[in-house]
Amino acid sequence: MKRILSWMFAFAFLLAGSVQLLAQAATWEQVPIPALPAFHPPQPKRIVLPNGMVVFLQEDHELPLIDGVARIRGGGRSVPANKTGLSDIYGEVWRTGGTKTQTGDQLDDFLEQRAARVETGGGGDSTTISWSCLKDDLDDVFKVFVDLLQNPALRADKIVIAQKGLYDGISRRNDDPGGIASREATKLAYGANSAYAREPEYATVAAVTREDLVKWHQTYVHPNNIILGVVGDFDSAAMEARLRQAFSSWPKGAPTKDADVPMNPAKPGNYFVEKTDVNQSNIYLVGLGTTRKDPNYYAISVFNEAFGGGFSSRLFSDIRSTKGLAYAVGGGIGTSWDHPGMLRLIMSTKSQSTVESIHALDEELTDLAKKPITDDEIKRAKDSILNSFIFRFDSPGKVLQEKMAYEFYGYPLDFLEKYQAAIEKVTKEDVARVAAKYIHRDQMSVLVVGNSSEFDKPLSSLGTVNNIDITIPPPLPGIAGIGSDQP
Amino acid sequence: MKSRSVFCCVLVFILSTLAVSQDLTSFEKRITVKKLDNGLTVIICERPEAPVFSFFTHVDAGSVQDPMGKTGLAHMFEHMAFKGTDKIGSRDYDGERAALAKVEEAYSAYIAERDKTVNRDETKLKQFEQAWKDAIADADKFSAPYTNEFGKIVESQGGEGMNAFTNHDETGYNYSFPTNRLELWAYLESERFIHPVMRQFYKERDVVIEERRMRTDSNPVGRLLEQFTTASFAAHPYHRPTVGWMWDLNSFSATDAQNFFDKYYVPSNMVVAVVGDLKASEAMPIVEKYFSRIPARPKPDEATTIEPPQRSERRVVLHEQAQPIYLEGYHRPDYHSPDDAVYDAITDLMSSGRTSRLYRALVRDKQIASDSAGFSGMPGNKYPHLFAFYAIPIPGHKPDEMAEAIHAEIERLKKEDISDAELKMIKTRAKANLIRSLGSNEGLAFNLGLFQARYEDWRELFHSVERIDKVTKADIRRVANKTFVADNRTVGIIEFAPPAGPPPGSVPAPQGGVQ
Repeated sequence: MKRILSWMFAFAFLLAGSVQLLAQAATWEQVPIPALPAFHPPQPKRIVLPNGMVVFLQEDHELPLIDGVARIRGGGRSVPANKTGLSDIYGEVWRTGGTKTQTGDQLDDFLEQRAARVETGGGGDSTTISWSCLKDDLDDVFKVFVDLLQNPALRADKIVIAQKGLYDGISRRNDDPGGIASREATKLAYGANSAYAREPEYATVAAVTREDLVKWHQTYVHPNNIILGVVGDFDSAAMEARLRQAFSSWPKGAPTKDADVPMNPAKPGNYFVEKTDVNQSNIYLVGLGTTRKDPNYYAISVFNEAFGGGFSSRLFSDIRSTKGLAYAVGGGIGTSWDHPGMLRLIMSTKSQSTVESIHALDEELTDLAKKPITDDEIKRAKDSILNSFIFRFDSPGKVLQEKMAYEFYGYPLDFLEKYQAAIEKVTKEDVARVAAKYIHRDQMSVLVVGNSSEFDKPLSSLGTVNNIDITIPPPLPGIAGIGSDQP
Repeated sequence: MKSRSVFCCVLVFILSTLAVSQDLTSFEKRITVKKLDNGLTVIICERPEAPVFSFFTHVDAGSVQDPMGKTGLAHMFEHMAFKGTDKIGSRDYDGERAALAKVEEAYSAYIAERDKTVNRDETKLKQFEQAWKDAIADADKFSAPYTNEFGKIVESQGGEGMNAFTNHDETGYNYSFPTNRLELWAYLESERFIHPVMRQFYKERDVVIEERRMRTDSNPVGRLLEQFTTASFAAHPYHRPTVGWMWDLNSFSATDAQNFFDKYYVPSNMVVAVVGDLKASEAMPIVEKYFSRIPARPKPDEATTIEPPQRSERRVVLHEQAQPIYLEGYHRPDYHSPDDAVYDAITDLMSSGRTSRLYRALVRDKQIASDSAGFSGMPGNKYPHLFAFYAIPIPGHKPDEMAEAIHAEIERLKKEDISDAELKMIKTRAKANLIRSLGSNEGLAFNLGLFQARYEDWRELFHSVERIDKVTKADIRRVANKTFVADNRTVGIIEFAPPAGPPPGSVPAPQGGVQ
């Protein structure tokens, strides 16, 4: 019934449109909006090889390019704390360390002559290896991809370079106040030692050995741990045959278990990092959010859009446009795929309005109970999500990425289709309910990174202040920053 | 053997040229350009992949056009272009207009008193300031319930990626819509440049000042880039920061922003590129219907000085609570230079990927830097600008070592021909990069609009690759020898300096904390 009605409305608009073809609208509401033509994006073909490797093939013939990416279970959160940084080093050296038959440097030359790329990387819950090439170079480039996937050499000289890069990152991590704030806020939300928050240190990077990398590869890189997606200008049947030929004889590996990541949020309170070379404070209010598997995910999406999303949101309109307190402001209830996201309100403001701004953010939170998100705000948020929904799948590559994520995290493959219907059903009561359920100011922490000598009021006017020491633990002698000394 | 490799090269050249010209032919069929009677250029590119489109409005005015003493004005207007129009964002526009005029009167009285060098009356100054703030409060009553109405309309109608940028050379506005909102977009985007309203101007100015604090004042790299660029240009307005100097931001008025708009947001100074699932035969009349309403005005005089030759090295050294960085820049001609493609080839050779000379020398072999590259376009490229090099030293290494290592690579460029393999790599990559850039509505709208504005012909997007294809080894040596000389160089360095003791009154940092 609803569908018929909306179709009739669309038809009425169409008629209005044709009558006014040469007429100009005087206000935006008068502009005709015809129905959007039906659009059924191409769906990738899903194949499971006998050894458990899951493959998605997505043809896209617009340009003569073929790209592929394999996502492999196991990432930074499975690394022991005393080797934090291992997955970053692995993610780099997997590629730079070359294969058993070619050094990484030889691969560089071979690929760059074809303007092709084969790259690897380490993430929190997975590692990836990808390629991108002109379609005429597929034979050459695919060969490198397979060789690197199965036979990386992880050469020691490149481990040294990767470690130096990480040492450099560690040494620079207190240079930018935005970076400090983001890092420390994550520690407050998950606990400083949580695998979602911890940072590589000189000692943990130095502790990583070639044997660790070899063992990592042996443990995780098995066909039954891999989701491979290919998009581009190919014929699916031919690509399937190619992949079967390349991978069918690859034996299954022992199943791996994902890490159980404990979360120990900091005691709620006020936290402060002194930064004397800035004239602006970075402010975070943080707590824990939830996952996308949560049935409240849809109401949360609407809430986030209305509260801290784009130009239309409360935070943007109040804190930025009306009060002029910030350029960057935003926030919402974070939702990750398989663990709670962060609940956060973020802004940066001049030192002289630091405490004023914390009060302004507090007011936004109290207002949620006193002046709940209105019908108007809900309508605008839902319209915004639904009318822009098509941008979630307006290219074959985006559709492929979505499906690969659902596969990886064990979501139904039609998650996106269901999302739209679920958003439509969200009510004002749902939104008020999730705001009340997830946002508890007394369970949140306030973090300020700034120059206290310029503040409008001392932070202690908010209550007890815990100072965070961000001093970087120095490297052991002979490890980092000592010229050519090598670990 | 030799003749065979020459033959192969010729063959590769023909094949690759063919590929680019095939792309061009395909785009010729899908692109329609029309110059409207008011002088505005419209480009429509049909890309029927999904029922969506992206646009990019290119305005040929950037911070180089900021008036003296009013730096940051081009960027400030860009922010104001999101504040609505006479029909969007007001309860009663006639009333609001009168109230906004009073704000300007009060502000100009306040500023006149503030800037008196003799006989400034502090009591009067306070009164003027209060009168200005009161006038703002009155004007805000008309717009407060409709704050960000323009953005709210775009977002609730499904607008995606709404944003804008200002740089030294130009200003751009963009977002994407589902195709059934083409006419709505044409209405909104034209309306915005027919009758923008400078409402809530002084609050938005505070927002821009926060943007300056974030990007520049509170960020060591931001501070370095500002000081470096300022030192590099003595005469040309490239020496001024796009975001504006703090004093200017605290001085210019809504009237100044309106004047900037009146002078530079002229149809003949604008290109609108639209890319997506549209038919030009249907879309062009709609675009024309709405954008033709922007009144024709004379094209502004954008003549500016040419930076004179630099006669001695300049150095800027910042002592920061931050790890060291090394940066250097050499003056080069603007993007119209016949050598533009040679500079592009040098950029690619020095900076692109793990085969690049700087990566191999500084990161892989000497192991003194975590990253190093060289590139044109600093701080813009419409006017003569800088070709810059940087290196990020890893712990234990100093900026001077970066300079030495970069200079060694520059000397190699001057003295030795690059190899056949390198030259081929550069040319292959240029073609592949072009192809990779053609697969998105946003990217195409940006590039087509930019090239149309810069060359009055979007085809230059494709021709620029052909120009790189013609670059020779001798060109690279010639241009390197001409450009990379010490007297033509400005150096920018961050040296680490430990923080001074805690300032009086601050909370001492204890040991431990939450960690």
